Formats: sequence, structure tokens, C-alpha cells
Amino acid sequence: MSQTNRCLIFLGCAIPYRVSSYEISSRKILSHFGVELVEMPEFNCCGLPLDPINHKTMLLLAAKNLAHAEQTGLNILTLCTGCAGTLKKVNTLLKEDSTLRQQINNQLKEANLEFKGTTETIHLVQFLKENIGIDKIKTAVTNPLTNLKVAEHSGCHLLRPKQHHTFDNPENPQTLKTLIKATGATCLEYINETQCCGAPSVGINDKIPLQLTKNKLDNIQNVQAQALITVCPYCHIVYDTNEHRIEKLYNKTYNIPILHYPQLLGLALGLKPEELALNDLKINPTKLLTHVNNENLHQ
Amino acid sequence: MFKAFSTTAIIVFFNFLITFIYFVCSTICSLSVTLTICLVKLMTEPTLTPTALSSSQTCLTSQPIKASEIDPLFKYELAKLSGSEKILHCFQCGTCTSDCPIACYSGSYRPRTLIHLAMLGLKDRVLNSDTLWLCAACFTCSDRCPQDIEVASVIRVFRNLAIEHNCIPQIFKDQINAILETGYAYKISEMRTKKRETQGLPPLPKCNTKNLQNILKTINLTKKPKPQTEQL
Repeated sequence: MSQTNRCLIFLGCAIPYRVSSYEISSRKILSHFGVELVEMPEFNCCGLPLDPINHKTMLLLAAKNLAHAEQTGLNILTLCTGCAGTLKKVNTLLKEDSTLRQQINNQLKEANLEFKGTTETIHLVQFLKENIGIDKIKTAVTNPLTNLKVAEHSGCHLLRPKQHHTFDNPENPQTLKTLIKATGATCLEYINETQCCGAPSVGINDKIPLQLTKNKLDNIQNVQAQALITVCPYCHIVYDTNEHRIEKLYNKTYNIPILHYPQLLGLALGLKPEELALNDLKINPTKLLTHVNNENLHQ
Repeated sequence: MFKAFSTTAIIVFFNFLITFIYFVCSTICSLSVTLTICLVKLMTEPTLTPTALSSSQTCLTSQPIKASEIDPLFKYELAKLSGSEKILHCFQCGTCTSDCPIACYSGSYRPRTLIHLAMLGLKDRVLNSDTLWLCAACFTCSDRCPQDIEVASVIRVFRNLAIEHNCIPQIFKDQINAILETGYAYKISEMRTKKRETQGLPPLPKCNTKNLQNILKTINLTKKPKPQTEQL
């Protein structure tokens, strides 16, 4: 990506619908690193939710977004792993397959749009690693979170399918771990780290995502994680909203807050919890913050 | 006299010894057979954890197959479609099912079984199956398939064909409506959009829905919703 400091922000649908804390904290940390975020000139859903219904609709919705972005000459930065996965995949498919590109462009003409394949899509995690750089993040950290031990959950669409995501290993992802370590916190290893949150099944069967969440929470509790770090609004919704339900259903106590990575990084950068919308989380992070504040007091 | 006694004693002793060895050997043998049976069972049966919701298989495989059900060309049709091109390479190893996070907690969703039925030509069983809709599209199966089949895309092809033949599950119907009306997959309340100002967030980008509907006009997305069924 050539323009490091200026890019289009692609929010997707889930973030404005119910995960504004992720957007608030992401904007805060990106402006801290001098990144200028430009709003999408026009937006529609990336297409992922309609792929099961009609593949071509997904291609058209994604291509329309890409065509709008191309007109601005900027690259797309997404916060949602689903949007990142879809836009990246469609971009590659249309660039490689000229017949398919022709078909899609014939329909995009209805809105005076054309897909040319001149823009790239990047997810926040990859952006922080490749465009900002781990070293720059480490030097920017003013309050290292050395008292924190956390677990990470990268999310499937950040890493899979592997042919569209080459920046990390889907079987043993390291990028988010490195980013967490850059804040000074310890990133714990646990069983089944790459297991899906089950979000896409929610509307069809809500018991399975509940079981998957329980499994995840049990596994991270076993290694005594103080928080779970996510980088996708859907994974966050599933874990954050299901934790209390599981505690009641199985008579268990986890009390593990689910944080967006930008919130963790923000704390390490010395930003206030209010600026990072930490009070928007369903699992109260007050206990977690005492560890962070203590660290601040020592400095 | 003593000699005769000692010979008898030796014979009895050896008899005991042989019986003892026989018992030890047979016990080891039966134990190993049990162990082998357990191992084979573990290898062939789907992964079911103690928390599995249901262990019953659906009518996908329990009903006898009638010759009239079989569409021998179905697999060749699939091999021509984008996403399921490599379906003929499937050798039923079961990696997709054993690594599937949904199959782990569902008594009915088995990607290998769905592919097997499709290969047998049982088109209607596959396309009418409710379990198709459980896939979470995590792509673990696609990444781990030793035959390089994009299993998640094959399931997506099944779903697309199912929609052409049947109805749409309500959840997708809601999302289609929301996208066609607002551009967003969920109807974002006015309260939410107003709250953005107080949160210091810029206004949400708008969608020209007329353009969007024009682009999608050739695709029939106005199918009737599928009646709500019991949870799978």
C-alpha cells in the first residue's frame, strides 16, 4: 500500500449497528499514529451475508464498493474481518478472471460504475503490522501493560481461506499476538485458539454459538487470561453478549472482559478508558483497569 | 513311589502353568480387541463431545435410497459451477467434518455426508436438507482439505441451488430487505445515527439504493421466506 497515512475507512454493517466501541477506539488509535481516515463516498453491505443466497449478488455488492473506492484513488481499511475477507477475495477473483469481470462490469454500468482493480483492501491488524509497524507501536507505548495477561482471537475471515490471506499462518496466527506483546501485555497460548466463534450460525441456531463461546471461555479461563482480545465486530458480539448467558446457564463465573484490540493498544498509548469506549462493554472491565492503573501509578 | 509322585506333580504344575499362560494371553488378546474396536469406532464415528446437542443423524442418511431419487449427472453439474469445481476429487477422508467447529456441537451437520450424498446423485436430499444452513463459513474445511476442495464453497453452492429450488430462511430474507432498502444489512435506528454525533463520530456513509436496486435487478431476490422450523 503506497499511501500509508490516508485511506478509506470501511465500517461495514455490524459496527454502526451495535459495536460503536470498536469504531471509536480504532479511530482514536489511528489518529494517534497520524493516519487520516476518509469516509466512503458511498457505501453498501460488503455482500458477505448474501453469499449463501446468491453468489453473484455478493460479487456485485463487493465490486460496487471497490468501484466507489477506486474513484477516490485510496485504499480501503476495514475493521471487520468479514468485510476484509470479502473485499479482498472479490478483488482478486475479478482481477484474475476477465470473463467474470466483464459480466460484473456490465451490471455495474447501471450505476455508471466500473471495476478496474486499482484499489487494495487491508484489515486493521494487517495495517498496524505492515503500514504502522511493530517498532513504531512499541516506541509509542507510554504505559506498558506489563501486569496484563490476555488471550487473543483473530477471527476466521482475517486468516481464511489461506489463498486470499498471505500475511499470516491460519494454523498458527502470530500477527495479533505480536501486536498484543507490543503493548507490554503477555499473550497467552490456549487450546483451540483458531476455533470459530460461530457468529454466522446465530440466526439459524443460537445454541451452537453458545457452545462455541463456552468452549472458548473455558479454554482461556484455564490459562487464567484476564481478557480476550478480538479484532472483529461479529466475534466480539458473540463473546461479549453470550458470556453472561453462559454464566447463568451453566452456573459458572468467568468475569473475563472481551476487548477490541484498539482498546488494549489505546490503554498502552496512555489514552483514557472513556476515550476508548470501555464503558460500552457488557462485561465490566473495572477489575482489569485496576491492573492498568496500578501500572500507571508506578511510573 | 516318590518318583511317580514327583512326575505327577511336575505334570500338574505344567498343566497349571499352561492354563495360567493361556488365561494371561487370552485376557491380553480380548483387551487388545476391545481397544482396537474402540479406536476404530473413534476413527469412524463423528466427533461428539459430552456437550453435543443431539447425537441423532437426520433423515439425510437414515431413509433407504430409491433408484428414482438418484440424479447421476448432479455431480457433473456441480463440477461445472464456480466453487464446487473440484468436488469429484473428494475421497471421503472426513477431514472437513472432523475439523468443523459446527459439526462438533451439532448432531446433524456433516459436510462429508453432504458431499457424499451429492456424489451419489441424491440431489433433493442435499438441497432440501435443513443442516445446509448451519455452516458458519469459517473456511477451516477449505484450508485443510487434502484434495484441495473448497468445501465451504461447495456448501455455498448447495445453498445457492437450494434457494433456486426452495425458499429462503427468514434471517436471510430480513437481510436482503434491509440491504435493498438501506444498503446496510441491518436496519440502523435513527437513535443510533443521532448518537454518533454525541460520540464524536462522523455521519454514516449513505447508499444510493436506486443504483443498488438497478444493479441487482436481474437477480431474483424476492423469494418467499422459508417457514420457521425447529432448531437443528
